[in-house]
Amino acid sequence: MTVVLLEVRDLTVSYPAREGAVPAVRGVDLTLEPGDTLGLAGESGCGKSTMAAAVLRLLPPGTRTTGSVLLEGEDVLAMRPGRLRAVRWTEAAIVFQGAMHALNPVRRVGDQIAEAIRLHDKVTDKQAATRVGELLEQVGLPARRAASYPHELSGGQRQRVMIAMALACSPRLLIADEPTTALDVMVQAQVLALLEELGRELGLALLLITHDLSVLAATCERIAVMYAGRIVEEGPAAAVFDAPAHPYTKALAEAFPTIGDRASRRNPHGLGGDPPDPRDLPSGCEFHPRCPVSVAACPTLDLELWPAGEGRRAACVHVRDGNLELVRQATPVPVGEDAPAHPGAAPLDWEPTP
Amino acid sequence: MTATQPAPTPSAAAQEPILEVRDLHVHFGARRGGRGPVARAVDGVDLQVQPGEIVALAGESGCGKTSLARAILGLVEPTSGEVLYRGKPIGRGTAALKPYRREVQLVLQDPTGALNPRQSVYESVAEGLRIHGVKGDEEALVEEALARSGLRPPRRFFLAYPHELSGGQRQRVVIAGALALEPSMLVADEPVSSLDASVRGEILALLLGLVRDLGLSILVVTHDLGLAWNIADRLAVMYLGRIVEQGPTEAVLAAPRHPYTRALLSVVPEVHHLEHQILAGEPPDPTRVPGGCRFHPRCPALASGEAAQAGVDDRCRNEQVPILRGVAEHHAACFLTDESVKKEGGSRVGT
Repeated sequence: MTVVLLEVRDLTVSYPAREGAVPAVRGVDLTLEPGDTLGLAGESGCGKSTMAAAVLRLLPPGTRTTGSVLLEGEDVLAMRPGRLRAVRWTEAAIVFQGAMHALNPVRRVGDQIAEAIRLHDKVTDKQAATRVGELLEQVGLPARRAASYPHELSGGQRQRVMIAMALACSPRLLIADEPTTALDVMVQAQVLALLEELGRELGLALLLITHDLSVLAATCERIAVMYAGRIVEEGPAAAVFDAPAHPYTKALAEAFPTIGDRASRRNPHGLGGDPPDPRDLPSGCEFHPRCPVSVAACPTLDLELWPAGEGRRAACVHVRDGNLELVRQATPVPVGEDAPAHPGAAPLDWEPTP
Repeated sequence: MTATQPAPTPSAAAQEPILEVRDLHVHFGARRGGRGPVARAVDGVDLQVQPGEIVALAGESGCGKTSLARAILGLVEPTSGEVLYRGKPIGRGTAALKPYRREVQLVLQDPTGALNPRQSVYESVAEGLRIHGVKGDEEALVEEALARSGLRPPRRFFLAYPHELSGGQRQRVVIAGALALEPSMLVADEPVSSLDASVRGEILALLLGLVRDLGLSILVVTHDLGLAWNIADRLAVMYLGRIVEQGPTEAVLAAPRHPYTRALLSVVPEVHHLEHQILAGEPPDPTRVPGGCRFHPRCPALASGEAAQAGVDDRCRNEQVPILRGVAEHHAACFLTDESVKKEGGSRVGT
């Protein structure tokens, strides 16, 4: 039996604050096998970036963490500092959003990649330079780019450098936190294609975090959706995206329209209200104040992830009660307080291809 | 704020454009004597916005869409060409531009950066009224603008500060600041790109509602083709300083003609009707605009031999592609895929 690459069990993270601890992650379970690609979706403040940082124990001092993060069977949360340093980069590496801020602006990118290599391997300058060249080519940049400074590179190229750096110590798990958020569509497609290819060729497991569900659906095998610090739905990517079992997932999936779909033409879909304040969470199902299909039971519900079809689970009372149809038929919340949905889409002179 | 005006009918929209851009060029960095490298950020653009119309100007970063928007607002002086508002040139200089700047309001991308953190919502919205010396009951005007932007009850927000608001609420305050001046047109630069997915739809619906209820015209600058699908009547796609394709949103997105538009659209995760086509590399620097068709070095149709088969590859490499007129029909600046460009050539295409 193989050891699971990453197993997160009942993880909670809370940040210190004057008025008491603020819970950011509230009991999350996740499993990644070697070569898996898992997408973690959710809006700002849902706890997804905290999750990513917790896996490598990169949280600020004073943060309270409970539960366990097992990386190849070893608990990251219980590691001694020396062991932790060894595990970061070599077993799991992370690529952050905003590559322009993560690179040192006054050092050549090759030197910065070499530094990551030297952290873990005793190599000569020449060996390091060769390895830097290999890594750059692996991420689709010419080896001579090692001599460039970050400002000489475009956003997409800097993100490739960040990925090269993450690969420097041949990790088995790559965590990418909004790796394409600030990038153009075409460059985003290039970076996502690169991540997929690396996953395939190096057998890397990938934990991809973004607010854009459509990106995850196109890139990952499985998706987990977070709301208010908990996973509210998980399952195979295509199934979750195409037929969400949780009304929040449905709203997220509809936020970005399918181009060519008449229903969304001149009819943007939104979700009323704002994400909840983690210091003052709604009772029961945290989503109930914004939910288009909430019922009387929701404010007092004891949430758990109920089975919602093959390989799928969702934390919604309608899933528990076997009324999935209710979620599917949920019409998106009317957008804006005084803005009823646009009366029908304009007539089209073509039919969208199915 | 005036009472609800009837939304213009499509036939009314065919009259005089509210905004017209003619052969606009914005070049940067030419040193005296014109020797140093010149970045041709906007390099010959015609564009029209009809009353009550939402036009989306789409393209990747560096394509010149923001420079074009800035020139339209009079924030940067065009190198040549002109911007006409209701048929008249917008003029140059602060004094000449002042009445125009009341009529055409800018909505910025990042509401957090656009709002002064030490100003209350009331002050932020009232600022424009004071700058333009608007007479009348200031409090009532602010209240109405906030209500129109969906912040209700408006008085509850008067004394709030930006840090107390969510991202979506901040963007509504920015929009209220623009609406307070009763503009006839908004220029919105990436109005939802910094917002969360669930809030995005609400802000877009608000923009649609403003067109419907107040008859506003909107030029929305974006990299997001899904946004265009959601709200825009017409779509113009920019590449390296030029509009390479434009037409009714449905036509452009359902049957894109320009190979650049096709590729751009094919990589949007929500698009399923086109074969995935990732272009290598990035657009060249606007100081080095390629000769011939400016897209030809990256063009998949030229690389695959499709252009050669149609016998236009020489033209792609060597001939200037005519500038598309900012008109209603669907056109692409492409020798291969647009019949009138292929047949006529010349410096302008479109009637």
